[in-house]
Amino acid sequence: MRLKLLTKALAVAAVAMPLTTAVADAAELTIPGTIYRTGPYAPNGIPWANGIADYYAMLNERDGGIEGTKINYVECETAYNTKQGVECYENTKGIGSGALVYQPMSTGITYQLIPKATEDKIPVFSMGYGRTSAANGKVFPYVFNMPATYWDQASVFVKYAGEKEGGMDKLKGKKIALVYHNSAYGKEPIRTLEELSKKHGFELMLLAVDHPGQEQKATWLQIRRERPDWVFMWGWGVMNQVAIKEASSIRYPMDHFIGVWWSGSENDVTPAGEDAHGYLSATFHASGDNFRAHDDIKKFVYDKGKGHGDRDRIGEVLYNRGIVAAMWTSEAIRNAMRIHNTKNPTGEQVRDGFESLNVDAKRLAVLGLEGFTYPLQVTCENHTGPGKVALQQWDAKKGEWSLVTDFYSSDRDVIDKLIAEDSMAYAKENNITPRTCN
Amino acid sequence: MFYREAGQFKTSYKADQAIFTITQDKFFVGAFLVIAFGVVPFFIDDYWANAILIHVLVYALAGLGLNILTGYCGQVSLGTGGFMAVGAYASYKLTTSFPEMNFIIVLLLSGGVTACVGMFFGLPSLRIKGFYLAVATLAAQFFLVWLFNKVGWFFNYSPTGMIVSPPREVFGFLITGPEASPAVRYLFCLSVVTVFALAAKNIVRGRIGRSWMAIRDMDIAAELIGIRPLEAKLSAFAVSSFYVGVAGALYFNVWLGSAEPTEAFDIFQSFFVLFIVIIGGLGSILGSFLGAAFMVLVPITLKTIMVDGMGFAVGAAKHVEVMLLGALIIFFLIVEPHGLARLWQILKEKLRRWPFPY
Repeated sequence: MRLKLLTKALAVAAVAMPLTTAVADAAELTIPGTIYRTGPYAPNGIPWANGIADYYAMLNERDGGIEGTKINYVECETAYNTKQGVECYENTKGIGSGALVYQPMSTGITYQLIPKATEDKIPVFSMGYGRTSAANGKVFPYVFNMPATYWDQASVFVKYAGEKEGGMDKLKGKKIALVYHNSAYGKEPIRTLEELSKKHGFELMLLAVDHPGQEQKATWLQIRRERPDWVFMWGWGVMNQVAIKEASSIRYPMDHFIGVWWSGSENDVTPAGEDAHGYLSATFHASGDNFRAHDDIKKFVYDKGKGHGDRDRIGEVLYNRGIVAAMWTSEAIRNAMRIHNTKNPTGEQVRDGFESLNVDAKRLAVLGLEGFTYPLQVTCENHTGPGKVALQQWDAKKGEWSLVTDFYSSDRDVIDKLIAEDSMAYAKENNITPRTCN
Repeated sequence: MFYREAGQFKTSYKADQAIFTITQDKFFVGAFLVIAFGVVPFFIDDYWANAILIHVLVYALAGLGLNILTGYCGQVSLGTGGFMAVGAYASYKLTTSFPEMNFIIVLLLSGGVTACVGMFFGLPSLRIKGFYLAVATLAAQFFLVWLFNKVGWFFNYSPTGMIVSPPREVFGFLITGPEASPAVRYLFCLSVVTVFALAAKNIVRGRIGRSWMAIRDMDIAAELIGIRPLEAKLSAFAVSSFYVGVAGALYFNVWLGSAEPTEAFDIFQSFFVLFIVIIGGLGSILGSFLGAAFMVLVPITLKTIMVDGMGFAVGAAKHVEVMLLGALIIFFLIVEPHGLARLWQILKEKLRRWPFPY
C-alpha cells in the first residue's frame, strides 16, 4: 500500500514537473546562460559565469536593463556536458517572448546548438571558441565567434615564436609541441598548425591529453625527451593546472610555453606557485579590476548583496572574460533595438544587431571599459571581426598577469583559405546554400 | 478488485502463450500504445521531444540491448558506450557514403556492423566469466572510443573529429537534422523501439532466450543438457550489440545530431546504461523502459523542482540533485533489489488481491 502510493506520487511528479517552467514577463530581454558551476571544469566555469551574471545584474541595477528593458538572465547548469546542454537549450529557449542569444560556454554544446539555434533563429555567440569556420557568416548566419578564433591564436603563437627566434625563417627545423585536450575543442588548431608547419618548415609534435586531464606524466616525459623548442597548449579545467605543474617539474622554460586563452587564468597558474613565473597565454582583454565598470559592479551589485561570487575575485582573467562577453552581447542587443526601433527585439533582430556590431574605443570608454579590449567590428560576411590576439605573461611574485605584446594579427593567407574550405564542406554536407551579403 | 481475473479462461495453447495473458494488461498496454502513437505526437514540442521522450526511448533501446546480454544471458558488459559508438559511426559512414540509402536500412546495417563487432569482443566470454569479462568488455569500450578518435577515416577527416548527422528522410519525412519536426522524430524512435521491444520479448520467450537463461543460471548444467555455450553466448552478444548499435545510431542521428567520441560515448555511457538495467530490473523487458525513465526523468524532475519550483541557485541545485539521485538509487535498490520491474510486479500482485493484499 505504502509502496503503491509512493510509486504513484513519483509517477505523477515525473510527468507533471517538467511542465512547470517559469513564465516570465513579456517585456523582458531573456538571455539564458548555459553555465557550469559543477563538474570537472567548474573551477574555470565559475568565475566566467559570475562575470556574465554580475555584468547583467549591474546593467539592471544601474540602467534598468538595456535601453530601459530589464534583462532576465536565466542560468542553467550544464556541468560542461553536451546532453545537459541540449536539455538547457530546449528548456530555456521559450522563456518569455523567446531567448535572444546563447553563449554555450563549451565547444561541444556549441556544435549541438549551431544547427538547432539556426533553425530557431536565435544567435549563438561562441566568444573565441566553438567552430572556427563559423567565421564565415554566409554559411553560418546565426553563429558569431568574435573576436578571434583558435586558428588565429595558433597562427599568432607561431608568429610570436618566430619573432623570439629572430625571424620567421629561423623557425625552420625547430620543433613545436601541441599539448591538447583530446576533444573537438583541443583538435581545432591542429589543421592550422599543420599548414603553418608546412609553410615555415617547423616540426609539429601532437600530444593528446584525455578528459579531464589529470594524468599527463607520459605527455611531459615525452616533452622532456624530445625537448621541443616551444610548447603550445589547448587545455581547460584541471588539465591546465596539471600541465603547468608538470612543465615546471621537468624544468621546461616557462617563457616558451604558451597557452590558449582558456589556459591562462589565475586558477591555472597558482597551483604551480613560483614555478609558473613567466608562463604565457593568449588573451583579448585586460585583467584586473581597475575599470569603471568594475566599480559599478561593486557599487550596484555587491554593495547590495546581489553579487554572484566573491568580491575579492572580481577582476580575475575569467571573470573579466565574462564581463567582455556580457558587454558585447548587451551591445548587440542595444544595437538591434536601435536598428529595428523596438524595446523588445526577437532573436532574429538580435542577429542583425550582432551583424552590424561596432564597439569602438569611444564606445568602450562610455561603457567604463576604456582600453579593456580592442575595438570590434562585425560584418555579415565576417563573424569573427578583427581576429587579433595578444600574449600575457604571469608574474608569480606579484601574482598578476600583464600584457607583454601588442595585439597581433594572424596569418590571413592561411586561415581565410582554411575557413572557406571547412565552411563550404559543412554547407555541402548539410545542403546549405550560402547566402549573399549585399 | 482492479485485476479481477475471474472468468478469464484460456481455451487454446495460443492464448496461454500470449505475451499479455490478462485482459486488463492487454487493455492497459494497448491504451498506452494508442496514447503514445496517437495522442502524444499532437502535443509534443521541442522540449518534450529532445529533452525527455526521445532521450528516454533511445536509452530504453540501449537498456534493452544490455538487458539481453546481462539480464538474460548473464554476461556482464561495460562496453555499451563503445558499441553505441560503433552504431553511430557505422550509420555516419553509411549515410555519408551512400546518401540515397533509406535511413531504415542504414539503421539496420549499422546494427549489423555492431553485432559483428560485439561478437568479436564477445569471444573472450567463452573462457572468462563475471568480473573478468567485465574488464574485457571495458577494454572494448576504451579501444573503440580511441579508434574513433584517432583514425580520420571514421569521421571523414573533419578537423575537430566531430561527426554531424546530415539531413535524411524516411517516407518523405525529415527525421534527422535541425529541420526535422519533433513529432516525426519521436514517432520514428517510438516505432523503432516498439518493434525492437516486441522482437526482444519474443526472442527471450523462445528457444534462443531459454538457452541464454540456462547459460545465465548455470552454464555447466546448460552444457550438460545440450546447449552449446559458443552458440548461446555469441548469439547473445550479437543480438545485444545489434540493439545497442541501433540505439547508438538513433542517439547520434535522431537525438543529438552531432557527437564527439570522447564525450558522447565515454565510459559514463556504459555505466549509465548498466544503471538503467540494474535499476529497471535484470532480465525484464519492462525493466529497461522503467530504468531508462527513472535515470533520465529523475534528474530533470529534481532540477525542475529545485530551480523553478523552489528557486535554488543552479549550481547548488546540481549538487543536491547528484546527491539525491544517488540516495534514490540506493533507496530503490534496498526496497527492491530486483529493480523497478519487480516492484511493479509486486504492485500488480497486490492489486490482484485488492482490497486484502498481503
